[in-house]
Amino acid sequence: MVGAAAGGAAADVSGPRYDEPPVIEVRDLSIAYGGRPALRGVNLDVHRHEIFGIIGPANSGKTSFLRALNRMETFNASMEVRGSVSINGMNIRDWRNEYALRSRIGVVFPLPVGLPLTVYENVAFSPRLRGIRKKAELDEVVERCLTRAALWDEVKDRLDSLGSLLSGGQQQRLTIARALSQEPELLLLDEFSIAVDPVTTMRIEDVLRELRSELTIVMATNLVQQARRLADRTAFFLMGELVEIGVTEDLFEREAKDERTTGYIEGRFG
Amino acid sequence: MTPPADSAAAATPGAMDRRDAAWYADRIAQALIFVGGVSAIVFIAGIFVFVTREGLDFALGPLGLREFFTSIAWRPTSNTPTYGALALIAGTASVTGFAMLLSVPLSLGAALFIAEFARGKTRETLKILVEMLAAIPSVVWGFVGMSIMNPLIIRVFDVPVGLTVLNAGLILGLMAAPIMTTIAEDALKAVPDTYREAAEALGATRWEVVVKVVIPASRNGLLAAVLLGVGRGFGETMAVLMASGHAINLPTSPFDSVRALTATIAAELGDAPVGSDHYGSLFTLGILLFVVTFLINLAADVVVRGIGRK
Amino acid sequence: MFAATPLNRRSHRTQSLAKAVFFLMTVALVVPVLVIVGTLAVKGGPAISWEFLFTPPRDFMTAGGILPALVGTVWLVVVALLASVPVGVAAALYLSEYAPDNLLTRTINLAIINLAGVPSIVHALFGVGAFVLFFGIGASILAASLTLAVMTLPVVIVATRESLQAVPHAFREACWNMGATRWQTIRKVVLPNSVSGILTGVILEVSRTAGETAPIMFTGAAAFVAFLPESVFDQTMAMSYHLYYIATQATDVPERTTYGVALVLIAIVLLMNAVSIGFRVYLRGQKKW
Repeated sequence: MVGAAAGGAAADVSGPRYDEPPVIEVRDLSIAYGGRPALRGVNLDVHRHEIFGIIGPANSGKTSFLRALNRMETFNASMEVRGSVSINGMNIRDWRNEYALRSRIGVVFPLPVGLPLTVYENVAFSPRLRGIRKKAELDEVVERCLTRAALWDEVKDRLDSLGSLLSGGQQQRLTIARALSQEPELLLLDEFSIAVDPVTTMRIEDVLRELRSELTIVMATNLVQQARRLADRTAFFLMGELVEIGVTEDLFEREAKDERTTGYIEGRFG
Repeated sequence: MTPPADSAAAATPGAMDRRDAAWYADRIAQALIFVGGVSAIVFIAGIFVFVTREGLDFALGPLGLREFFTSIAWRPTSNTPTYGALALIAGTASVTGFAMLLSVPLSLGAALFIAEFARGKTRETLKILVEMLAAIPSVVWGFVGMSIMNPLIIRVFDVPVGLTVLNAGLILGLMAAPIMTTIAEDALKAVPDTYREAAEALGATRWEVVVKVVIPASRNGLLAAVLLGVGRGFGETMAVLMASGHAINLPTSPFDSVRALTATIAAELGDAPVGSDHYGSLFTLGILLFVVTFLINLAADVVVRGIGRK
Repeated sequence: MFAATPLNRRSHRTQSLAKAVFFLMTVALVVPVLVIVGTLAVKGGPAISWEFLFTPPRDFMTAGGILPALVGTVWLVVVALLASVPVGVAAALYLSEYAPDNLLTRTINLAIINLAGVPSIVHALFGVGAFVLFFGIGASILAASLTLAVMTLPVVIVATRESLQAVPHAFREACWNMGATRWQTIRKVVLPNSVSGILTGVILEVSRTAGETAPIMFTGAAAFVAFLPESVFDQTMAMSYHLYYIATQATDVPERTTYGVALVLIAIVLLMNAVSIGFRVYLRGQKKW
């Protein structure tokens, strides 16, 4: 699978580095909540500078998968994770400081969560955690991240108003700016466009395309066409199982190996 | 593995995996918060241990349990001291019982009115007044019993003494009402609106909905409310001390003066030399009070848990 | 269009009757509050003067004012808060932010209910046995305040837990996902957004603490102390105990004075309560999310 994709994309400088060892290696990952399985035996690799799409209907395990990459089971006593996830070749469960791990992974939720802080403080939150205190330095980070999230022009005059008072689309871009302020190596997006208007969705998609040259993106989406527009490769999850992974174009050009993938993509169920 | 040099974000795992100040701060905070978390257990256990420590030697030694529970002679300072607590138990029981006669119907009625019938401003105002009722200190209630209720009872019923079961019971009833009202109201509010809507869709009036749907569905919560009210009345000290007449007596009518367990401790502890039998006997009363209120609270908790399971 | 049948006319009559009866029952509970406050105000109001509030009692409590009792109550309340607020907030943080659903947590909740339900005189026995005697503090402001602190701990815990849980879970998730530790999340997002709710609970606790009598009778309150307290190891007069004392033990105290003391005490308590309620109503309109 990986080999097949590598051929075409390696020439693209900003594209996925299929020639390097993968950034994320997932081996036999199973997740359950209080004994109820949510994901079973997933194996996959994600490469540097790749946008990796995950499609699948509700309850297919997409969100659980993303949560496991971030070791969120720490905060949820009922979440059980088995198997291994390695990032940069190191099993994330061997990390002694899991907070440092999470600080390098940006996450964007389905519903934007503007912290009850000002726009400025929302974006400065993570830099402050890292110990950046100087106002000038923070100013620079805030402006850079808001600009990259295509939000700066809209909020530059009201950085001191509450982040939770922005519109839904603006809040979602604010959470992207916040994720970027972590200077992440990895960006996880979970159905980011669910509460966002189509125009904003397009703007965010443009932002993601640009970001690909700097980081690696794993994007779970409920919109198959969004995966087609953005993802280099796409995985199809169904009822807690990874059905198949393929180069996105292949999957959408009726070359999926599994009946169910084609069925889902063509909207026969979902 | 070594990450590619072009990626500034990719530091080596080893360097990032350091446990930093934030990590240690989190651990310390967690430990302190845990200590705070179990403090309630420590204190309730501490209360039991310290009250028992001071009272147990006496309770198991000089005190005859038979005398304690069957004699009405509480004469700890006499030359031949006797420690019969029956009159004190009867005093507490009569006052609490009388209080409940008044308080249970009124509180449940008030809870029904506030939860099911009152709306908007009326509801808010009534809730605030109930809260104010709860806020009045027990010593003020006791003072009200002595200075307002006492002459009133003497005049209205033409009796020689107004500091009686009636007086203390009325006051205790009002004191126990807020907790019963509040908890009963919570229990009624916990009944899902869909139940009410379903019954109303079948043509039932609000009253029929309340009787046939809401009350049965919140039965356990209402019972817990009553239990906690009983606990409150049982343990009240200052108001009972001041309003009940504080006379050792097996009451036969609401116009008898009585003496409560709690009031006995409050009145006598100051005069009992530390370590004496008298002192031990008062702590023995404390053990009894602790155990009974503990059981009442436990029962209320078990009853409420019954709701949770449904 | 729908003619009233005799049956549903009757049930509507029952309904109105029930509503009226329940209303009267509610009134029967709340009218005494107004009567009591009114009576205390009428009979005690004339006693209130600058001299009454700001001078010590004279001539075996039959004259003079209540200054040492007022100051003593402030001492008792402040020291009790210093002890109970940190512990209570920590307990609430544990229950809201850390506690898994297990036996320990259920035991903690049961212990809180019992701390609130144990008779105040049993708290007094505990205070005497533990603080006055065992820890050797002696009858003092410190021992009395610690006893009060243990007794009113549930008030802080319950109010704090409620306001912590009102902060949406999504905020915590957002912080955790950025690599914040639990403690950083609590300090930077959860506490700042619940501090006003906690304050409401603390004010309520002030109201409770100021009115308690039994727990301080044998642990630090005195009938008469000629001077104002200078340290937490002094005994002190207190408003609640002062009322008990002049109402039951002292002789020849003018009725006006006793009512005056009761009025000041209930004014302090109800004022604190009103502030707490007003604050709560105000906060409801101030939600940031």
